Amino acid sequence: MSTETVLNGVGETIVVLSGKGGVGKSTTTVQLAFTLRALGYKVGILDVDLCGPSIPRMLGVEDQDVLTTPNGKWIPVMVDSEKKLSVVSIAFFLNSKKDAVIWRGPKKNAMIKQLLTTVAWDVDYLLIDTPPGTSDEHLSVMENIRGARVRGAVLVTTPQLLSVDDVTRELTFCQKTQLNVLGVLENMAGYVCPHCSECSNILAWGGGESFAAKSSLPFLGRVPIEPNLCQCAETGQNFMEKFASSPIADIYKSIATKLIATSSVPEAMEPQEGR
Amino acid sequence: MSSVPENAPEHCPGTDSSNAGQASACAGCPNQQICASGAAAAPDPDLAAILARLATIKHKLVVLSGKGGVGKTTVSAMLARALAAQPLTQVGVLDVDVCGPSQPRVTGTVGNAVHTSASGWSPVYIEDNLAVMSIGFLLESLEDAVMWRGPNKNGLIKRFLKDVEWEGLDYLVIDTPPGTSDEHLTLAHYLLQGNAAAAVVVTTPQEVSLLDVRKEITFCERVKLPMAGIVENMTMFVCPKCKGESVVFPSATGGAASLAAESGVPLIARLPLDPLVARACDEGTNFLLDHPDSPAARAYLDLAQKIKEYFSTNGPFVS
Repeated sequence: MSTETVLNGVGETIVVLSGKGGVGKSTTTVQLAFTLRALGYKVGILDVDLCGPSIPRMLGVEDQDVLTTPNGKWIPVMVDSEKKLSVVSIAFFLNSKKDAVIWRGPKKNAMIKQLLTTVAWDVDYLLIDTPPGTSDEHLSVMENIRGARVRGAVLVTTPQLLSVDDVTRELTFCQKTQLNVLGVLENMAGYVCPHCSECSNILAWGGGESFAAKSSLPFLGRVPIEPNLCQCAETGQNFMEKFASSPIADIYKSIATKLIATSSVPEAMEPQEGR
Repeated sequence: MSSVPENAPEHCPGTDSSNAGQASACAGCPNQQICASGAAAAPDPDLAAILARLATIKHKLVVLSGKGGVGKTTVSAMLARALAAQPLTQVGVLDVDVCGPSQPRVTGTVGNAVHTSASGWSPVYIEDNLAVMSIGFLLESLEDAVMWRGPNKNGLIKRFLKDVEWEGLDYLVIDTPPGTSDEHLTLAHYLLQGNAAAAVVVTTPQEVSLLDVRKEITFCERVKLPMAGIVENMTMFVCPKCKGESVVFPSATGGAASLAAESGVPLIARLPLDPLVARACDEGTNFLLDHPDSPAARAYLDLAQKIKEYFSTNGPFVS
């Protein structure tokens, strides 16, 4: 097993993390992927959230299947006709939307290992979308991507202390597993009332930025709640194309540019003893 | 064949089979060594203690959701406070989200520690009739990450069920992490051997959330955990300035109402998205006491009433 190459055909990998659920990891992953593709790169998304895969829905490819090559590799599902955005998720292997993956850790670990080693990628950037927490899935990803070229992690949080608490723990996880942190993204920062244009800070304000400052991490940007974006995620449409001139599209563009800005190509991570 | 665990790998010979731990299907199973040693055939030594403890709790309510960030923690805490609004009702909150314990923050108990005595752990009391237990109280600092794989998490949950000294609870509200994995299986395994346990499933109106919540309902059906109902959270946003209502998280598929119709589980609450609730959670204050007339407070008290009604018609059972 150990001779199998990890993430073959991938240029560089970016991991999207957050200790907290529902802060927008999947949405961020999808929007960054659309943005990077618009910048001219070939992009892949690997959804390792086994119990709650949302990426296929957000990309509008829920009903697709993963095909297998003659030598047993999985071919990612292509999202666009130019074949520049591809995705792999466990949702493609389930029979119905209702099917639950009721697995304990060891089975999840085996699946993640397989997802990391048996997909035939052909992409410049691979974004890995993760479930919340610091447990089996995360440890397995970190154990198995040593040897791949990993640019680093994006930490997503909402402005709430509640979320920052969990992201603080995720940062500890990154430090302990020696995963480079590219920066902090503050999501769901403010909501503009459509009736009176008053901007409400539904979920407080500035928590992500002050967390970044306190932990000496780059602050990547602040994305407000945008019902149009939620709507696009609901129906699997490309927000970046449909609302290309919206302020949010610009925010994501600036974040994506920051992520790939440093010119130094990361070295392959040092293999580490399994924990 | 009855000794095959529901979550076992395919072709598991069963834990009390003579092949236990030695069949080809056992390779890679986390419990292979235990099975091979013959220990699995013996009854779980902690089970009696856990059941004795659970028997002192009248009603156990598990707050579940396949999706993260839909408000499990908020709903658990607010519901517990709403149940505890009646001074004679004893309520406990158990936080089994091992990697992301948020109950200490929401209940204003960050920095508290748990007292250990010979007979167990005493929970942290925030009111005379409201106690909280979370792994957050066992960690040294907020930054500590619990980087545990499944078996460690299961061990802790077992200890929570066995060792926490609740005092004659009427309701135990259990806050869970998202997903359908180790924590949920362990919890369901023990609760279902006791009496009167039920789940509420929390979702937002979005299909992205319903997608995961459908899986959670499948989970409940599979492990035979009864569901008291579905709670839709963040349904409407009420602007604090103009009181105009707007939909922050639009639904493409009819929201929780359509999920209720398709699954047969009743929709028992639709909770508004109120910035003041979010703030009360960050500050750990009692929203119900501070804003008793707000639509959100009324919705939570109504939910508490529905839960009481559910248990009064469906239990407590004696197993």
